[in-house]
Amino acid sequence: MAEKVLMKGNEAVAEAAIRAGCRLYFAYPITPQSELIEYMAKMLPKVDGTFVQAESEVAAINMVYGASGTGRRVMTSSSSPGISLKMEGISYIAGANLPAVIINVQRGGPGLGDIQPAQGDYFQATKGGGHGDYRLIVLAPSTVQEFADLADLAFDLGDKYRNPVMILSDGLLGQMMEPVEFKPAKTEEEMEELNKQHYDWCMHSNEDEPNHHHHEINSLEIDPLVLEQHVIKLGKKYDEITKNEQRHEEYNISKDNEVVVVAFGTAARIAKSAIDELQEEGISVGMIRPITVWPYPYDAIKNVLHDKVEKVVVCELNLGQMIEDVKLAVNGKLPVEFLGKVGGILFTPAEIKAKILDK
Amino acid sequence: MEIIAQRPKSLTDLQFTYCPGCTHGISHRLIAEAIDELEMRNQMMGVAPVGCSVFAYKFFDCDMAEAAHGRAPAVATGMKRARPDMHVFTYQGDGDLAAIGTAEIIHAANRGEHISVFFVNNAIYGMTGGQMAPTTLPGMKTSTSPYGRDETDIGYPIQACELLNSLRAPYFIERVSLLSPQDIIKAKKVVKKALQFNKEEKGFTFVEFVSTCPTNWGMTPLDAMKWAKENMLPYFPLGNFRDKSIEGGE
Repeated sequence: MAEKVLMKGNEAVAEAAIRAGCRLYFAYPITPQSELIEYMAKMLPKVDGTFVQAESEVAAINMVYGASGTGRRVMTSSSSPGISLKMEGISYIAGANLPAVIINVQRGGPGLGDIQPAQGDYFQATKGGGHGDYRLIVLAPSTVQEFADLADLAFDLGDKYRNPVMILSDGLLGQMMEPVEFKPAKTEEEMEELNKQHYDWCMHSNEDEPNHHHHEINSLEIDPLVLEQHVIKLGKKYDEITKNEQRHEEYNISKDNEVVVVAFGTAARIAKSAIDELQEEGISVGMIRPITVWPYPYDAIKNVLHDKVEKVVVCELNLGQMIEDVKLAVNGKLPVEFLGKVGGILFTPAEIKAKILDK
Repeated sequence: MEIIAQRPKSLTDLQFTYCPGCTHGISHRLIAEAIDELEMRNQMMGVAPVGCSVFAYKFFDCDMAEAAHGRAPAVATGMKRARPDMHVFTYQGDGDLAAIGTAEIIHAANRGEHISVFFVNNAIYGMTGGQMAPTTLPGMKTSTSPYGRDETDIGYPIQACELLNSLRAPYFIERVSLLSPQDIIKAKKVVKKALQFNKEEKGFTFVEFVSTCPTNWGMTPLDAMKWAKENMLPYFPLGNFRDKSIEGGE
């Protein structure tokens, strides 16, 4: 067993990314993700990696585009307002079928908002944000350990599907310290394999004819019939991801559940406390915690709406965004109620309990 | 039979999409010839812009990335940092480089990225149909400056070489023109010099081509060349601004 270390989420995800083979990182400072960029600035040079503090979020995501075009593992991170600036580049990365890992340590919005934890970027992450028909794979951790683990998964999924992957975290997960255990770092041989894995399409060293290649990293298809096929192909990829990559956690799910809670990330942590307290009081409440918020685990929710369940309660640190997906999953069979907090304020377990017990 | 002239290996056999009389074909060829002559083709990666030369990624026969408008220097930074063993160039127009991509070019130059930037300045947005560019001359009429560019309202044309020459990091900055055969021969030498420095990992190199846009200027190609000589060259003087390879060139 590897040793457990006490770390902030921002640092843990950075360390996990380096261990996963990320040697290229481009970003711009913003609170509350500063420890992440600082960790990369300190640690990447020690593993012959490259850290560049870009002039803007826009430049950073375009550096990611260029680096990813060479087939190398690359990451950027930011917090909500900075993620908005990255949306142009994310659309191009998705359109060009490039893998990349983007971390959003969410804070309160809209606009400059504040620097406290929030989940107001759910729509932006899962429903678009940038222009055009594209999908991000979006992973939502709820502990520091999971934040680190998902970095590894994010790189693997990105490479597997040639698709950008976002880790949708928040200021609480970024700033809090918890014990975390890391996977071993990639060996030199594994790094060599990783670096060559995309040589059939990426930009890399060339040869004279007849082995000369001309690889294009591109999202432009000016002929509508060609673009049509390109986007249809993207759609098929998204179907495949939807089929294969849904992940969720079931908490206290049983046939005795009277209420099912759906929450992700930090909100789910708080809901767990409420569920534990209610269980002690003899009230059975289960929870589905989506880990992939895209692809969304609709069936996981549908499958736990057993006979005794009277309602579904959605808890989010926003005005109600994921609830739209929960309603799609529940499909009108049960009432879906909402508890939200905004402004970077967290709800307490007591508030969640009250919402669950509210008839 | 002896072949005395042919398509450079660094250009694909696709037909250019440029208007008759456009100088993009010339600048493409100069860059491709220099890549061939310096034997850099197999280690070369390029970045195409948004604008008339958006399809440059199809025309240069090396691995190419198509960047978002203005972002080519950032994309090139990512490419070069990921593959420091390879060479990287960008090809950008005036709207791309001197308007929407001003931050990216200044900071790539300021970091002294080991890339070559080829900047085509024809004082207008060509692809979108002749709108005002950051390099449009005072008084010049375009579809978005129909009464002529009023510098008191919208500012003066941006002189990219002079702007970048205020930075310490760039290794080589020169403005050339494509307005006469003599100028083109001279431009070729400058392009080759920039790519030679690129190959030697000297630092950031920048070449500006003063060019024309007969279609959107509403002139014949020859009239456009004449107009550019008379009107653009006084505002965009040709010459070397920076050459750190020679003493006093800084």
